Amino acid sequence: MDPRVKQFLQAAASTIVLLAAWQTASYFFPHYLFPPLLDVVKRVVDIVISGPLLTEVLVTAARIFAGLAGAFLLGAVVALLIGRSPFIESYVTPVLVFLQGIPALSWVVIAIIWFHGIEFRIFFIMVLTTLPAFTFQILDAFRSMSKDLFEMTMAFRPRTWTLFRVLIVPTIVPGILTAWKVNIGNAARVVVVAELVGATGGVGYQLLRQQQLFDMAGAIAWTLQLVLFVLVVQQAIVAIEGFVLRYRAVSERAM
Amino acid sequence: MTAPTIRFRDVTKVFRRANGRDDLLAVDRLSFEIATGEIVAVLGKTGCGKSTMFNLVAGLIEPTSGEVEVIGHDPFREFEFFRGKIGIIFQNDRLMPWRTALDNVLLGLEILDVAHERAEAVARGWLARLGLSGHENDYPHALSGGMRQRVSIARAFAVEPDILLCDEPFSALDEMTARSLRAEFIRLVQQNRKTAVFVTHLINEAMEVGDRILVFHRPARIALEMRRNPDDEQGARKRILEVLALEDAAP
Repeated sequence: MDPRVKQFLQAAASTIVLLAAWQTASYFFPHYLFPPLLDVVKRVVDIVISGPLLTEVLVTAARIFAGLAGAFLLGAVVALLIGRSPFIESYVTPVLVFLQGIPALSWVVIAIIWFHGIEFRIFFIMVLTTLPAFTFQILDAFRSMSKDLFEMTMAFRPRTWTLFRVLIVPTIVPGILTAWKVNIGNAARVVVVAELVGATGGVGYQLLRQQQLFDMAGAIAWTLQLVLFVLVVQQAIVAIEGFVLRYRAVSERAM
Repeated sequence: MTAPTIRFRDVTKVFRRANGRDDLLAVDRLSFEIATGEIVAVLGKTGCGKSTMFNLVAGLIEPTSGEVEVIGHDPFREFEFFRGKIGIIFQNDRLMPWRTALDNVLLGLEILDVAHERAEAVARGWLARLGLSGHENDYPHALSGGMRQRVSIARAFAVEPDILLCDEPFSALDEMTARSLRAEFIRLVQQNRKTAVFVTHLINEAMEVGDRILVFHRPARIALEMRRNPDDEQGARKRILEVLALEDAAP
């Protein structure tokens, strides 16, 4: 059997078992605890086909992308500075490690106290929570650059920009793609926390409303919107990765 | 008399260890000259400092003391001057895995800002000369070791350098492939009138490639210097072996 078909069937089987268990639970427990699958599906479809509700999902998606883009750009600059100067590294790395230890919820509280604008608050939280990971991942990709390839390229005496284009960018691209794949999931979790506490729109805000209404079907439907968004973006990154890294040899033997 | 293309004057290279102690003396007051158009084979055992000398000529490392001069300039400090003047063939092919064979040969030409159409014609021409027509769009992982090394030779020749530096370029290949590539290399160097430094640990290879042979002892210093004499290859081989054996006998 084709390995991809097999993988798909295995994933489908485990999902079906999970859904069956949920549906069974809905027969024995009140619907505000375990709503029937049909109710959940109906709510998911309602969100997708309703313009205003879908806008809420798109607002959250835009916040995730904006936060990640900000953290990525800032992280790339910081990683480049650290990579070029041990002096900067000795000062900046401890700060990044410290930032990594601060919970997302603490940033939410700090952002609410410090800033007035909702969008800026969320952007600030997103950047601060994903910046250390982006920086360390880009730095790691930069440092894994082959010394052999570096010396070979330097033998031709490239200008700085050419060196960046022909060697550094292709070297760090796999690391950057991995960083985006990892951080998109983290960002989706953080944005919900930020919206839950400090926003008047978006998936997080909608989840808060469902909690106040004790509406489990709605809570699951909104959660699934975010999960679907992450899955779609992950697949898009995987597709980009497949194209960009097409030069990689693949062994016929599976591990 | 024309000035030599490569000149070492009392060059010493010491590598500092991370612990600050046990510094490694890799090159010890080395002096020699290589004339324009000459092919010099540098022969020595593994770890004798041949590659360090090679990296000094290439300007990849800086001497601790002494003077390295290539075409009358300092290869480490005068970075811009040497754009396109030195071609290097390394022990391993050092191909960029994300570039096809053609794009790897194009690398140096791209760095030298050669117009793309002309660069591509030159790169295709070199791949054809080295028997790689039809493999232009193959990635390195799809090529054999010999083919990859041919791509790296094409990459070095494509920029039409004045000087070719070769660091044991055929040592990772089987004897038959190495022999045919060596013959091809000598033909290309002579045809294109290049000055070449060929580092090797194989006596036969040094005698086949070099107009002149420098035998190194550790740390890199010249223990024997000889011109190739096709009439007395046996005698030359014997002398080289004796000099190399002296190093083992030294306390």
